Amino acid sequence: MRRTTGRLLRGLALLSTLALGATACGGSDDDSGQKAVSAGDIQAALKKGGTVNVWAWEPTLKSVAADFEKKYPKVKINLVSERSGDKHYTALSNAISAEKGVPDVAQVEYFALGQYALTKGLTDLAPFGADKLASKYSPGPWNAVSEDKAVYGLPMDAGPMALFYNKKIFDKYKVAVPTTWDEYVEAARKLHKADPKVFIAADAGDAGLTTSLLWQAGSRPYKVDGTNVEINFADANAKKYTDTWQKLIDEKLLAPINGWTDDWYKGLGDGTLATLPSGAWMPANFVTGVPQAKGDWRAAPMPAWTKGDKASTENGGSSLTLPALGKNKELAYAFVKYANAEEGVQTRVKQGAFPATTADLQSSEFQNTKFDYFGGQQANKVFAQSAANVADDWSYLPFQQYANSIFNDTVGKAYISGTKLADGLKAWQDASVKYGKEQGFTVK
Amino acid sequence: MSTPVTTASPSAPAETGGPGKSAPRLRGPRRHSVGKPKRSVLLTVMTSLLVIYTVVPLIWLAINATKTQTGLSDSSGLWFAHDFALWDNIRDTFTYDDGVFTRWLLNTLLYVVLGAGGATLLAVLGGYALAKFDFPGKRGIFAMVIGAVAVPGTALAVPTFLMFSKMGLTDTPWAVIIPSLVSPFGLYLMWVFATEAIPTELLEAARIDGAGEARTFFTVSLPLLAPGIVTVLLFTTVATWNNYFLPLIMLKDSDWYPLTLGLSVWNSQAETIGGEVIYNLVITGSLLTIVPLIAAFLLLQKYWQSGLAAGSVKE
Repeated sequence: MRRTTGRLLRGLALLSTLALGATACGGSDDDSGQKAVSAGDIQAALKKGGTVNVWAWEPTLKSVAADFEKKYPKVKINLVSERSGDKHYTALSNAISAEKGVPDVAQVEYFALGQYALTKGLTDLAPFGADKLASKYSPGPWNAVSEDKAVYGLPMDAGPMALFYNKKIFDKYKVAVPTTWDEYVEAARKLHKADPKVFIAADAGDAGLTTSLLWQAGSRPYKVDGTNVEINFADANAKKYTDTWQKLIDEKLLAPINGWTDDWYKGLGDGTLATLPSGAWMPANFVTGVPQAKGDWRAAPMPAWTKGDKASTENGGSSLTLPALGKNKELAYAFVKYANAEEGVQTRVKQGAFPATTADLQSSEFQNTKFDYFGGQQANKVFAQSAANVADDWSYLPFQQYANSIFNDTVGKAYISGTKLADGLKAWQDASVKYGKEQGFTVK
Repeated sequence: MSTPVTTASPSAPAETGGPGKSAPRLRGPRRHSVGKPKRSVLLTVMTSLLVIYTVVPLIWLAINATKTQTGLSDSSGLWFAHDFALWDNIRDTFTYDDGVFTRWLLNTLLYVVLGAGGATLLAVLGGYALAKFDFPGKRGIFAMVIGAVAVPGTALAVPTFLMFSKMGLTDTPWAVIIPSLVSPFGLYLMWVFATEAIPTELLEAARIDGAGEARTFFTVSLPLLAPGIVTVLLFTTVATWNNYFLPLIMLKDSDWYPLTLGLSVWNSQAETIGGEVIYNLVITGSLLTIVPLIAAFLLLQKYWQSGLAAGSVKE
């Protein structure tokens, strides 16, 4: 999850998406990738050696690459880490449409996978044996990378959501930590009344958060079947979300701060923001971004939409993929598998990454890890429980990247101008449908 | 040249006697406005606002470069935090991520030396030729240069990217250097400057004395063009030093990033899952980035000012 783009980059991304669409019509000369690749082929390739170009920003991949090179001395991993999602997708789409400089391995977030998979930008990993890895991963991430029998990447991390809350603030004003979203609204009122400077959360309109909450509420606005797409935000479960969030907006209980800005980090540190519903990867950002509030924060399960309901949701998370135009497919796959299904997972978990593999999620070592930042809380227990409770039938649009980029022009209006949230969602739906049709999808 | 200087001096006692009494009417107000400028409250206020507008961000930058990440969040923006961490920040800026900041600094220098230097060279050669030689199509070139001045470089970046990508030049330093070589504004400035600064009679004299065109250019014209060259060099240096958009779309490999792009990458780490938040290094890095520019301006100020004033006074 990262902040949505500036207008300029948004335009660029759009441009490259169009270019990507254009190449999809023309090129399909990657039949060689579809032949089955045996474990023997991969071993032979590892012995022969070569270079694998990897575009990824995940910080722990650096040591994974070093370990891999140690294990297979003839293989060189050339890790290009640009550490920023928007530029990453722009560059990736540009390279694919120019058919030049395409990396052998690319990190792609779950929400953006559909876009690349559908335009044949990615290699199907099933012939490499990736389809047999399904049982290794928790259902949410696996569902995100696979479609029918095709597997478009191996899940690298997951973002089961939790409610991070500032215990110091809740204790100070003697407010109970909410377990349902109704209690959440109530807590928001109490805290803001006790101290007008305190807000329950910062939300200035964020596509990732909105889709995650809809997911948790049981709404399935996007139905995707190949190029047939259905978009509908008008079901009863979506209403649960709009009703609740509308109260928070109307009563001005949300701080109008954009996520991932310095203001946001400041608000998390100085007690302005009492909670943060976010993915399980958040602790790393807390540690370096909000050092002054060490010990104040804790993690709790996401509030439920109806009391006793355990449904959880994902936010963010990404996979490693093999772009169709990349080279050294066997080596590339060997690296991806090493990083996301074999020894690499351990290395990454030790450095604070959140795994998508069930064995690691359930290991006692992982679950018993004490977080100094959260006052010694074994926060992974909360996250692992959340991961287990994620419904696996969610899908994003094949052009979610575009849809997210227009979120602020549609739903975002509800946050600033008195438009109703439900109307905002309708506008988002209409704009997404229009774009989908222009791109050649059959959209309802 | 010396007369205007004494007139401008505010300590000239003769003028305090009484303007308008003995002096002719027309001269009175002129001397008044040059020698003893009338104080305008409005102008003073506007100038002060402008000064605040331009200086406050610099002060903010300098103050905040002394803070740690913690200090940044829990202290006021325009005053120091308890901890003074400037030296630590500078050291960390240069050592963070295997000293990549130094690499970016050297990249920027490379782009400036080759890009801005090359652009200046081309502008000087082109401007001189356009000013002092007659050839068919000159008017057309004039229209083209003026037109090119009006097109912002940003608008050309994407088409340039597509072109360079076809030639296989993207993701190499050349993708940044080659477009930087073209400076329509610099060319126009050199053209105008050369027209004014080099008397055609001088060139004719040199030619009559038997000097070839190359010799005429290097020994006669170039020294006369020096102030103009420095002006153009400053313009192109600043433009290349601050260039962000072109490298952004041309470069992928962060090893070739200039400082502008590198710093934005550091900044965006805060927006990345699991990314380390290093606002303190971003701010310190920004401060270090503008230091060479300030130094260049101070050092070249003399030439730059005489360049600006060239042709403004009739000799």
